[in-house]
Amino acid sequence: MVEAQRRGPQRWLPELAMAVALVILPFVFDRWFGSVDLFTRILIWGVFGLGFDLLFGRTGLLSFGQGAFYGTGGFVTAYLLTAGLLDSVWLAIAAGIAAAAAFSVLVGFLALRRIGIYFAMITLAFGELAYFLENSPLAKWTGGENGLPGVPAPSIALDGFTYSFAGSWPSYQLVAGFYFIGFVLARFVLLSPVGSVLTAVRQNPERSAALGHDVRAYKLAVFVLAALFAGCGGVLLGIFQSYMPPDAFALETSGQLVIQTVIGGAGTLIGPTVGAAIWLTLRDVLQTIPGVGDLWKFILGFVFVVLVTFMPNGVVGTLLRLWARRRGKQVAAPQAAARHEAAAAREALLAPLPFVHASAAAAVSPPLALEVRDLSKAYGGIHAVDGVSLALPEGRLHAIIGPNGAGKSTFLRMIAREENPDAGQILLHGVDLASADVTAAYQAGMAKSYQINQLFPQLTVRQNLRVGALGRYRGRLRLDVFRAADGFADVERLIEALLEELALTPCADLAVNTLAYGEKRRLELGLALASRPSVLLLDEPLAGLSPAEREDAKLLIRNLNKGRTIILVEHDMDAVFALAERITVLHEGSKLAEGTAKEISNDPKVREAYLGGTALP
Amino acid sequence: MPTLSQFLSQAFNGIALGSLLALIASGLSIILGTLGVLNFAHGAMFMLGAYTGFVVLSHWDSFSGALGLGALVLFLVGFALERGLIRFYYRRPPEDQILVTFGLGIMMVEAVRYVFGPLSQRVPLPSWGQGIVNFGFFLYPLYRVQVIGIVALLLFAFYILLYRTRIGLVVRAGIEDPLMVELLGTHVRRMFMVVFCLGAMAAGIAGVIYAPLSSVIPTMGEPFLVQCFVVIVIGGLGSFPGAVVGGLVVGEILSLTTLFDPAYAQAAIYAVMTLVLIVRPRGLFGTMGRA
Repeated sequence: MVEAQRRGPQRWLPELAMAVALVILPFVFDRWFGSVDLFTRILIWGVFGLGFDLLFGRTGLLSFGQGAFYGTGGFVTAYLLTAGLLDSVWLAIAAGIAAAAAFSVLVGFLALRRIGIYFAMITLAFGELAYFLENSPLAKWTGGENGLPGVPAPSIALDGFTYSFAGSWPSYQLVAGFYFIGFVLARFVLLSPVGSVLTAVRQNPERSAALGHDVRAYKLAVFVLAALFAGCGGVLLGIFQSYMPPDAFALETSGQLVIQTVIGGAGTLIGPTVGAAIWLTLRDVLQTIPGVGDLWKFILGFVFVVLVTFMPNGVVGTLLRLWARRRGKQVAAPQAAARHEAAAAREALLAPLPFVHASAAAAVSPPLALEVRDLSKAYGGIHAVDGVSLALPEGRLHAIIGPNGAGKSTFLRMIAREENPDAGQILLHGVDLASADVTAAYQAGMAKSYQINQLFPQLTVRQNLRVGALGRYRGRLRLDVFRAADGFADVERLIEALLEELALTPCADLAVNTLAYGEKRRLELGLALASRPSVLLLDEPLAGLSPAEREDAKLLIRNLNKGRTIILVEHDMDAVFALAERITVLHEGSKLAEGTAKEISNDPKVREAYLGGTALP
Repeated sequence: MPTLSQFLSQAFNGIALGSLLALIASGLSIILGTLGVLNFAHGAMFMLGAYTGFVVLSHWDSFSGALGLGALVLFLVGFALERGLIRFYYRRPPEDQILVTFGLGIMMVEAVRYVFGPLSQRVPLPSWGQGIVNFGFFLYPLYRVQVIGIVALLLFAFYILLYRTRIGLVVRAGIEDPLMVELLGTHVRRMFMVVFCLGAMAAGIAGVIYAPLSSVIPTMGEPFLVQCFVVIVIGGLGSFPGAVVGGLVVGEILSLTTLFDPAYAQAAIYAVMTLVLIVRPRGLFGTMGRA
């Protein structure tokens, strides 16, 4: 989703609007429904939903087991208080939320082993497990089917004056307070680098990992975060009702959360709250209509199916879209103030970051930038790559050519650590990458640009580059949720320089899926460059470009070569012969020849195998 | 400690329950494998089958009639849903497919609740199923023995259909690579419809068979849906042998654990699922390919 990041006081507009709503709306509900309790209930679901929206709406992880954390939070707090183990209600609240988070680490670790459909199934199964544990083996503590009655409300004491949050309005104040804090926190997360990574993970998890982000760790982090919110919701439910019901654990609870989120609009933060308002209000209203009362859930189920089918963005999402369309017509997309860096300054900004050796001893003699020893890979009986070696000193531009099926792409994939070789070694600046994954390889300064564009289609060009740049700037995983994603001055300067270098400045704030192919192709290269890699792997960078674009791209590659080692896999022979200092020819998985352009073009073996015996121009 | 006859009797119960789970799960699994749709309404379809069995057996003493009508009802439901709704979802993300089938499941449960009431109702045993078998050292209800036999026959028929017929070949190829099957000139969409109906019928028939073993209640499908998920995680996605073996494993675990401590029966299957997830995330018979 393309969102303009607002700076300055405007950034706080949603918080301000929320604060106003939380003050006014309870009176509306009080007047229309005779009590504020319905709104309190909506907000409890809302707290639960804030976390779920980060998990599902933002990161795309559809969990059907959130009830497990809602229940855990509620029951731990309720038990600590009703059993008299803790006197401080506030402490018990904290303990409940912490327990929910701890449980989610365990479930998340297991459930995140599989993605997509499996994730939904496994979270649902663990949700059911929690329900059974509550109901039978743990019934001694949880009250089993009866739940735990008598959960006290917290109070604050100031100068001998005590204010208790028991009762209709005080408990609303408590819940609204938690909701507001939760809302502010969730907004912080969304606007932080973590939020950017989560959005990127949703749109293209593979590329996110290839851009240095530890995707599984981020997923686990957002899963735990969602459980914190869920636990908090459960705790509030127990306190509000002064009773903790066992069906907090039920599949029905997890399902209702999902339904409310989708009705309200996933990925909008307040969507689940709006969905809860629709669900709970409609339920109350429908149940009072004679003849329809028994069918209320059928009707809501029908509404849900219709909404999923025709309005997948939900109520809030659809409204936001309409609003954005109207605004878009009124004012043209704001252009970023183009900061023209001088060419020399730009070059310095884009220069490869020096490789940092773990130990000083290794750095004494400048090793080869990249060394590949006897790399092999077989699929079944077919040797895709068979014992290929390569040694590249710093700053070399080395091309790999060969007919289709020669093993070029597999070779490149293994070097980038996207694929494990059967045998062989890859040394980056003398350091063995045997135990590194693609994420670690990127962090070490090796980046790859793909033959088929691997972009984040719904982010802007600038946001795409930011995902790439933040990957190396922040490391594999950092939970800096209180920083703004665009708050790293170095990264922003780098992005400006990249935009300029790639001639993408005019479309910097357009969503990628609106770009022309040539622009996407340049951005693809830009993503790899955003880490300022010392070794750059280019998989057919010229594929699909027009002759004029090819010339520009060749110039660009030559520019990038300054102080940087490049492996170029390309079918455009003119480009290869013009650019490469040395060329390796692969044929049926093994190295057929290696040498300068001239040596290669005169090699009879190469002509025989690759060019069908005809002389090169 | 339980006696040998108790143990054997529970082991038989495990086979009966497990074979039913295998039947439901294989329906869920071929839909998932072929269409890529995780059918959250599968439990509700099982429930619809059970209620069909309930209606027929309460009025006529015809088990084959109940089976036939159950299959017909679920064929029609499957056909209507696939043509009317699900087929528009093939191009949408899997999460949307889960959501829409989840919603459909709720509608089915609520419709049945509206018509038949929310309470559990007993289903009469077909007359030929009444009685007890004497295995020499323990007695066992006749109907359960018949259930094992009937489900075994159905699973065998399912196996023949999947592995020995042209349509089965196409379905299995579709599980491997639907795009390729389409490119090779098979009308994949028509196959999808057939598979969805077959899956729905498997759930419905299992429902009919299950109904006399217990009773019917609108929410009865939910635990079966969850148990089927466990079966699929254990057995492996889209794998028929996986569904059968997984079903029997889960059925036996549930029954045998009940013998020692019923409170832990449900927990035990999740423990096994967890173990499989750690040791072999793809499931016993699964491939890493999809999902």
